[in-house]
Amino acid sequence: MIQRPHIDWFALAPVNALLAAAAIALLAAVLVPRRARRTTAATVCALGYAVAFGFAIALYVRSAHGHGVVADAIRRDRFAELAQMIVAGAGVLATGISFRERMRDNHVAEYYALLAAAGSGMAFFVAANNLMTLFLGLEWLSISLYILCAIDRDLINGLEAGLKYLIIGGFGSAVLLFGSALVYGETGHLDFAGIASANRPHDALLLFGLAMIISGLGFKASAAPFHMWTPDVYEGAPTPVTAFMAAATKTVALLVLLRVLRTAFPQEAHLWTVAIAVIAVASLTIGNLAALVQRNVKRMLAYSSISHAGFMLIAVAANNALGGRALLYYLIPYAAMSLGSFAVVAARERELGVPVTFENLAGFGWERPLLGISMWTFMLGFAGFPLTGGFVGKFYVFAAAYRQGWTWLVIVGVIATLVSLYYYLGVVRAMFLRRTEDLQLAPIGGSPPRDALLQTAVVGCLVVTVGSFFAVQPLIDLAKHAANALPF
Amino acid sequence: MTTLLIILPLAAAVVIWVLPLNRVSAGSLALLAALAEVGIWIQMLARFDFGRGGLQFSQHRSWFSDLHVSYHVGVYAFSVWLVGLTVVVMAACIAYAFWAGREKARAYFGLMLFLDAAIVGVFTAQDLLLFYAFFEAMMIPLYVLVGVWGGPGRIGATLKFVIYTMAGSLLMLASVIVYGLSKNTFDLTQIGTSGSTWIFLGFAAAFAIKAPLFPFHGWLPDAYRESSPEVSAVLSGVVSKAAVYGFLRIGVAKFPGPTHDLRPLILALAAAGLVYGSLLAFRAPDFRGVVAYSSLAQMGLITFGVFAVNDLGLTGSVLQMVNHGLISTTLFLLAGMVERRTTTGELGRLGGMARGRPVLATVLMTTGIIALAVPLSSAFAGEFLILAGVFQRGWGWAVVGAAAMVLAAMYMLRLISAVLHRDPGPAVTDAALDLRPAELGVTAPLIACLLALSAWPAAISGHSFPRNVAAVDVACGFQKLPPSNVHFYCR
Repeated sequence: MIQRPHIDWFALAPVNALLAAAAIALLAAVLVPRRARRTTAATVCALGYAVAFGFAIALYVRSAHGHGVVADAIRRDRFAELAQMIVAGAGVLATGISFRERMRDNHVAEYYALLAAAGSGMAFFVAANNLMTLFLGLEWLSISLYILCAIDRDLINGLEAGLKYLIIGGFGSAVLLFGSALVYGETGHLDFAGIASANRPHDALLLFGLAMIISGLGFKASAAPFHMWTPDVYEGAPTPVTAFMAAATKTVALLVLLRVLRTAFPQEAHLWTVAIAVIAVASLTIGNLAALVQRNVKRMLAYSSISHAGFMLIAVAANNALGGRALLYYLIPYAAMSLGSFAVVAARERELGVPVTFENLAGFGWERPLLGISMWTFMLGFAGFPLTGGFVGKFYVFAAAYRQGWTWLVIVGVIATLVSLYYYLGVVRAMFLRRTEDLQLAPIGGSPPRDALLQTAVVGCLVVTVGSFFAVQPLIDLAKHAANALPF
Repeated sequence: MTTLLIILPLAAAVVIWVLPLNRVSAGSLALLAALAEVGIWIQMLARFDFGRGGLQFSQHRSWFSDLHVSYHVGVYAFSVWLVGLTVVVMAACIAYAFWAGREKARAYFGLMLFLDAAIVGVFTAQDLLLFYAFFEAMMIPLYVLVGVWGGPGRIGATLKFVIYTMAGSLLMLASVIVYGLSKNTFDLTQIGTSGSTWIFLGFAAAFAIKAPLFPFHGWLPDAYRESSPEVSAVLSGVVSKAAVYGFLRIGVAKFPGPTHDLRPLILALAAAGLVYGSLLAFRAPDFRGVVAYSSLAQMGLITFGVFAVNDLGLTGSVLQMVNHGLISTTLFLLAGMVERRTTTGELGRLGGMARGRPVLATVLMTTGIIALAVPLSSAFAGEFLILAGVFQRGWGWAVVGAAAMVLAAMYMLRLISAVLHRDPGPAVTDAALDLRPAELGVTAPLIACLLALSAWPAAISGHSFPRNVAAVDVACGFQKLPPSNVHFYCR
């Protein structure tokens, strides 16, 4: 008789809520009549995310002292709960953005089921406390996302994106798995605390394993040099999926990276901080330079997300409590800005029926002031202007790097910010400074589609982006308690 | 009260953006808000205790406590004048824009008010990060104001402007972080002085570009020429002052060592800008070019005063900041008025506008004469103080400054004669009327301020720094320092 571990169902509630939502949406795919399918599935998915969000808050409040649950495979602490809140929030908004996406009816319920499943995978992933659950969570969310990228078969690039993501993502997972095996082989432990307590510094195989784990997570966080899939996948996938990936996947990948490095490999900090700093610099360089020449807005945003991975990795490399706080804080406005900007792109896409480029954004800001001003705010936020959380986020990240004594990293970040202005303001230039008459191609006719849900989602993102500038204290307290769950 | 000065235009901007107002009501609301700002400022001036010195009307609230960043605003005696300059200039510019009828009125006036709030914020912020935030926030509306409502070359001009200024600002951000974290506070009233040249250079880069100082003025001609006249007026009238204010409030006050070490360099740059700007102004082919380059020259002169770091120089630079703000605003607005009538600013195609246009001639003449610093004008008082101050640092600087005053007379008189005198140019037709009452209404208050200051320049020069302590002690107005540091400045 195998001893069953005690299961803390409450700790698993966000994951299970989303799993349940996925299951119900899947049932809806067969049981609900076709005309009601889209609404039902979307509602179920949004409700699942909302419930998960609620559970995550409740858990956050009641998990002041982090501890392992379910035979220590899962960690119940504020770090995970805050991450789950971000994921769940992103999920609700992504559902809203998805609703009016032009998509055939026959797979629409599966779409929402997978969206919920991806979210539950992420919620599981961030709580992982050993290499096994880590890998399980990673695959869980990845497989859902592979399918989501390719689910719209009318989207030719979508298939390409799905395949590319599958192959490269699979490779990334394999690297992670191999790394985990090496680490396990060296230390004899799967759980993070055990790996740390094995205390085998300067062990070549262990370090090799660590490097492979970093690479594997780097793939998901789309940090250079593991970023090659990002532009193609972001461009090809249905825009709401891209929005969700940019916001949520990156969040969990970075947070899990921080957790693994801090809890499992504290002894090797002198090595991995340097490695992460190098990856951060590479991401900033490659992301920014490549973004400069993009004409397609989704591709540009993809490269910008690579460079933002660089910014946030600076916080990881800082390896101090301030860095953890900086990362957690930064992710909140960052997730909102990513979702919001892709949502605006999605709106323009639905209006024109073609991929959105800088050229065909001309005059958009004046035609649709709400979306235009929101996009403007998101771009300023990415560029780190005041009145957006991006400003405070960058400030914290740089502050953390400075505390670590890495002024050079601050300088690199500052230069990267400067370069990034060109393309972020390029969007503003296209939307407001160019006139609609400059637009060479005709819209597909009729008035722009009414899309209240998408606009609500964009306004939600706007509120978070701007609100996080004014309400720094409460958010930073939230982030501080979460970061304190890690052994800094 | 200080917060009100920041919040009021911001709130008005939001109202204008949100409510579906038509052009007239948006413009009137904006003008009303701008005038209310002036009213509040007059209240502030009346209640300001110049005898006491130090920070007044201050408000303090924690923003995020773990890094000791707070919302801390307040005014010093000299910043009162700069705030005053801002609200007056902004009111005039909004009034002019209202009269000239800008397209997309709601967006335009909202942005102008937003800019108003940001600039007032820069002059009142007493927290380093808050200062930076306001400094950056100025860029947001300016980018669009230049880029959307500007002339044909506006997109290139905006790009250049943004790249230049942001390069400086971001260096400043690095400095802000390093400085604030190393002192463990961002509060300007508590943060001590620093001896780090690198941090100083980060700040100096931002201010030198924004002012601009030679050789960081590459963005200036395009931005000043391509913007709409009132935006150029704001740029050269107040935004440039924000940079010099930064030199004064942070550069000189917080970095006595580096200021002392780098003084020759900065004075040399200022001198170069002064002479070079004057020469370019003399050669500029158009109205706005003359004003733009004269602005470069004047910023050099004001920087002279600040980096003289003595009683006379500092007082003179505050006075001259206000003078130049008013003068260049008036001149840019006049340039706009002339361009409206003749469709061109090219001096070669203008001329003879004095005949039959007495009001225009009088207004331009008065401003021009004050600008070239004839004795008894307020600009003369300001420049005299600056030159006297810089003379104490070395007579050579004063010689350069005095020579530049001669050059100022040359380019100003050239401008006046090219627009008003000579034979009527090809672009000047009889249909080009004299100033309309509304235009006079915009320029007259500015000129009235200038004349009032000419009559009593001590209103500013005598009320900028506390009198009981030697005014040299910028630092003493800002913070309590051991006497040894005070002597540092007097040295």
